[in-house]
Amino acid sequence: MWEYTDKVQQHFMNPHNVGELENPSGTGDVGSLSCGDALKLTIQVDDNSIITDAKFKTFGCASAIASSSVLTEIIKGMPIEEAAKLTNEDIAEALGGLPKEKMHCSVMGREALEAAIADYRGIILPMAEGEVVCECFGVTDLEIIRAIQESDLRSVEEITNFTKAGGGCGKCEDRLREILQQTVEGLTTEKLKPIKIQRMTTLQKIKKIEDVLEREIRPTLKKDGGDIELVDVDGDFVTVSLRGACSGCQSSRTTLKEYVEKKLREQVVDTLIIEEDK
Amino acid sequence: MDCGSDKVIYMDNNATTRIAPEVVDAMMPFLTDCYGNPSSMHTFGGQIGRAVEEARKQIGDLIGADPAEIVFTSCGTESDSTAILSALQTFPEQRHVLTTRVEHPAVKSLCENLGQLTGHKHRVTRLMVEADGTLDMDRYREALSEDTAIVSVMWANNETGVIFPVEEMAAMARERGILFHTDAVQAVGKIPINLKENQIDFLSLSGHKLHAPKGVGVLYVRKGTPFVPFLNGGHQEGGRRGGTENVASIIALGRACELAGENLAEENSRVKALRDKLEKGLLTSIPKSILNGHPTDRLPNTTNVSFEYVEGEAILLHMNQYNICASSGSACTSGSLEPSHVLRAMGVPFTAAHGSIRFSLSVYNTEEEVDFVLEKMPAIIANLRAMSPFWKDDE
Repeated sequence: MWEYTDKVQQHFMNPHNVGELENPSGTGDVGSLSCGDALKLTIQVDDNSIITDAKFKTFGCASAIASSSVLTEIIKGMPIEEAAKLTNEDIAEALGGLPKEKMHCSVMGREALEAAIADYRGIILPMAEGEVVCECFGVTDLEIIRAIQESDLRSVEEITNFTKAGGGCGKCEDRLREILQQTVEGLTTEKLKPIKIQRMTTLQKIKKIEDVLEREIRPTLKKDGGDIELVDVDGDFVTVSLRGACSGCQSSRTTLKEYVEKKLREQVVDTLIIEEDK
Repeated sequence: MDCGSDKVIYMDNNATTRIAPEVVDAMMPFLTDCYGNPSSMHTFGGQIGRAVEEARKQIGDLIGADPAEIVFTSCGTESDSTAILSALQTFPEQRHVLTTRVEHPAVKSLCENLGQLTGHKHRVTRLMVEADGTLDMDRYREALSEDTAIVSVMWANNETGVIFPVEEMAAMARERGILFHTDAVQAVGKIPINLKENQIDFLSLSGHKLHAPKGVGVLYVRKGTPFVPFLNGGHQEGGRRGGTENVASIIALGRACELAGENLAEENSRVKALRDKLEKGLLTSIPKSILNGHPTDRLPNTTNVSFEYVEGEAILLHMNQYNICASSGSACTSGSLEPSHVLRAMGVPFTAAHGSIRFSLSVYNTEEEVDFVLEKMPAIIANLRAMSPFWKDDE
């Protein structure tokens, strides 16, 4: 069970400002159903640039709902200039803190606010102009740099906890490490703590396996008139299907174990187990 | 500490169960006066040994085993590891393990880590399941090979309650001279089991899933089945499992098995009727709710229902306000970004997997409790849906 603060529980059980404003001055729509959380924030801004009203709709866990609720409370009555300076840390602090794995819920709140303000101002978000680093969750380098700076992040794992970047296919992990290195060097001369090697997610594995299959294994098998196809990856188990001359070949087991498994272990993770789909 | 057990509506019995009061009574003397070591030569200890043997018999009676086929362990996980690793050591030339995609982590993780344990010598096949969580027996038959050292398939799934035809599967393995293990942790005490009438070689069970305490389990080892111990040590358990016996818990497990035998009919009539009422009530009163798992090939106490467009952790915490205890297969409850491996193997879409709730009942549940849950659930789901940007009222 998560250790939620009383404040999180209050805002989750009795969320404030649930709903959607009619004819809002600005709307911020972030997240998606498949990601497991999403937030739609609508704000009303008056002639003096004060946020007079805010409402939200959220799909997600307790901390996602609580973050959305507390966010609307913070920004109501706030000049838009001031609201634009809100950080995810401000949201998490207003809740008395969040479990570290749930910090991305506070970031989702800040992102929705930014999107709503940009919509009100009729401008394109600077974040959207950055280079998309994590394609799975659509996170740009500017967003990542900002999270590193604001929340003093020091590892790729922390970046994932805060922004979700790297939590999908993980293809961007090297790039995240690079951004982390550059950003932290810019902040301080203090040496970086050694970065722990991450466990790969299934999506990360699939991408890497496909890559090795395409680059090395397939060309070799094709020389003998065979081919290979990736069927499924679940944890360390990789199911493949042998095609062409390889299917039904007496030595296909040897090919799988001695060649395919060896190559994939060398280049992806050394614990992979290859199974043939029959 | 006061944990409020008198207030909760406990429908999470596949996670753990309440220790039956009769079981507490039976084990108490062994936590107080009767502290002797069963291996001792004196009467004070020796009599404890006789009590342990009585418990062995009570367990055997529930599952149709001889007392000599019962080996006490510390938990279901230890029983699973012992059985599988024993088979791999017995047949070092056989390099294939056959299991399923929906096993409990006790078997799943062991199979995933076999590479490190045996130096990547083993190949593991994990059978796919159908959309209703059942197995395709043709695929199973094809997957059995001369190289297979052991088959390990759970008797009933902990998340959905779906029952696998392990007796038929064990017979098919036996025909080919392959050892068969079943993790029956969820099945024992809920459905009739008679090991005299099938060819299962190893069976794991766990005390705390059938109203005995945590920290005690059993591995059934069929007479004549080759066996290599997991824990080496003293001569306890006939040299099959070293370590001084967890006497009080063993006595408790014996009594719990006796009670389970007495309650088996009620489990499959009254408890099943309660489960059916709960399930039907939820599915009819809450739109966009889906049953996960086969409608009939299922444990009598378990139901797993998905509520689309809402998230499981949020549902559970709302239920918690009414002291209703259940579980979810959502990603958020585990801290990972992916929902339950069982629901994913069944191909449950993300819209539904994130909002899955498992209710698992026991003989201690009442109809009033089921009615209370049915009264509260529609509003919980409706409130969360009202908050969800994906939910449209006209659906």
